[in-house]
Amino acid sequence: MTAIAPTSAIPLRHRVVARRRFAQGAVVSLLLVATLLGVALLVTILSYVIFQGLPAINLAFFTERPRPFGEAGGGIAPSLIGTLLLAAVSGAIAIPVGIAAAIFVVEYRSGRFAAPVRFAAELIAGLPSIVIGVFVWAFLVRGLVGHYAAVAGAVALAVIMVPIVARTVEEVLKLVPNSLREAALALGAPRWKVILSIVLPTARAGVLTAAILAVARSAGETAPLLLTALGNDFFSTDLLRPIGALPLQIYRYAVSPYDDWHVKAWGASLVLVVVIGAVGLLLRFVARQRVR
Amino acid sequence: MSRSLDRAFAAGVTALAMLVPLTLVAITILIVIDSWPALTTFGVSYFTTTEWDPVKLVFGAAAYVYGTLVTTLIAVLLATPVAVGAAIYLTEFAPRAVRAPVAYTIELLAYIPSIVYGLWAIFVMVPVMRSVVEPGLQGTLGQLPAIGKLFSGTPIGLDLLSGGVVLAIMILPILMAVSREVLLAVPPTQREAMIGLGATRWEAVSRAVLPYARPGIIGGAVLGVARAFGETMAVTMVVGNSSRDITGSLFVPGYTMASAIANQFVEADSELYFSAIVEIALVLLFVAVLVNAVARALIRRSIADRPAGAVV
Repeated sequence: MTAIAPTSAIPLRHRVVARRRFAQGAVVSLLLVATLLGVALLVTILSYVIFQGLPAINLAFFTERPRPFGEAGGGIAPSLIGTLLLAAVSGAIAIPVGIAAAIFVVEYRSGRFAAPVRFAAELIAGLPSIVIGVFVWAFLVRGLVGHYAAVAGAVALAVIMVPIVARTVEEVLKLVPNSLREAALALGAPRWKVILSIVLPTARAGVLTAAILAVARSAGETAPLLLTALGNDFFSTDLLRPIGALPLQIYRYAVSPYDDWHVKAWGASLVLVVVIGAVGLLLRFVARQRVR
Repeated sequence: MSRSLDRAFAAGVTALAMLVPLTLVAITILIVIDSWPALTTFGVSYFTTTEWDPVKLVFGAAAYVYGTLVTTLIAVLLATPVAVGAAIYLTEFAPRAVRAPVAYTIELLAYIPSIVYGLWAIFVMVPVMRSVVEPGLQGTLGQLPAIGKLFSGTPIGLDLLSGGVVLAIMILPILMAVSREVLLAVPPTQREAMIGLGATRWEAVSRAVLPYARPGIIGGAVLGVARAFGETMAVTMVVGNSSRDITGSLFVPGYTMASAIANQFVEADSELYFSAIVEIALVLLFVAVLVNAVARALIRRSIADRPAGAVV
């Protein structure tokens, strides 16, 4: 296009370019709005939990058991202990099973059952947690134990955790170079020794990550505990009796009509979110160790 | 010696690993057995009638199925544009330095427990829905002829719409994470070729990147559906929990299948009542397996099986 071209030709081309630029600008601003909305949701929810929860926090909140409505004070100590106990017991069940499933799928993959184990883990991971609650109720609460019990809650959480552990560990085991296994086998090391003293130690940061991730995911579960651990306002560490848990306490307080209990529900939520956040930070720390 | 140790170790690992498929089989068998009385008593009418009466021992779960379908649909319709939009922005347009940090920030939403969403929804979201959003919808979309019916009734805040909105927030992180992963897996040559032809970045994204990523993004949405379908606590806390007839309005308190289990499981005082509740769990189990299988097949096709640089 030269300077003496008819003036009408230039605006036409410019208009096309301008329209395309405008379309790009408009779309990108919409996409930016979507992104900001996602961030805003997180910020809003977290700040409500922090600012509504902080007034409930004091020493008694962590050391005392809940009081009946009408009495001031009281805390969430039994639920806090319950959540920690449930995490410990469910972890003790789920972590070995999950790691074994991963070893089975990766190290014994020639076996006939490797694919079914992997597939079953994937399907269990997709099950609604309330369905797992119904299953554990039928299996333990009505069946083996005969009543609501902490151990039933721990088993329900373990069922939720196993697929998380199994799939995460599977990924890290696959990252262990085959040459390491071959070198050890060539030196005459038996299979079990190769797995226990070469493969797992090489992947230990990843295995630890998997365990922490599973605990973080299961700590906030509520629905299956409603049908298994039931909840308990008294201090209890007896695995065969009902036990409290932070999510159960939050639920009971949230749906109650009392303002004081609502404040405590926010407080308990803050504690739960901080616990999960701390576990998450640990996770990042462990993950960074692996990179080095 | 070492041969037998090897065998013992393999046997131990196998035994522990087999617990996984055994658990799945046990879940299925126990739930089928417990729902058998309801299955045989009500048959198809369980899904076609809305009468749920523990006194007369007549159970039809159609209202629960309807509640779950409606809330899930609202959740996916609201969350998909936001999640996919954010994923596109964070893979294609955002300044490089903020891409990963912002994505991780949004994904933190996935770590907030369902019960905390429920608490927030009851005390923060529901009042806003009741006093601002629902009257606003009634005054605008509610005036339209055909879809106005959706927004009829008294805005109470504890209803199907609120259940859907809280679900939308909860499935946002998974939808975004999957979409982002799928978009990152699109070979750069797809974009470069289009930009080389003189396209703007958005034209390249909409015509060369999105079509390539479509199956994976749909897979992510299906995975979101699977999440929303079985989500229990947060929905139970805001959906109203009242099993009325199917009215067609979003402003009525409803029940979802999962919230019906959570609310009534402990109350069940007769074998048939209990069995009818467990049959809800059976339906959830069946749908979860189906939907997850579809979603994973779609995502896998999008991420793994295409050779790098392949053209659609």
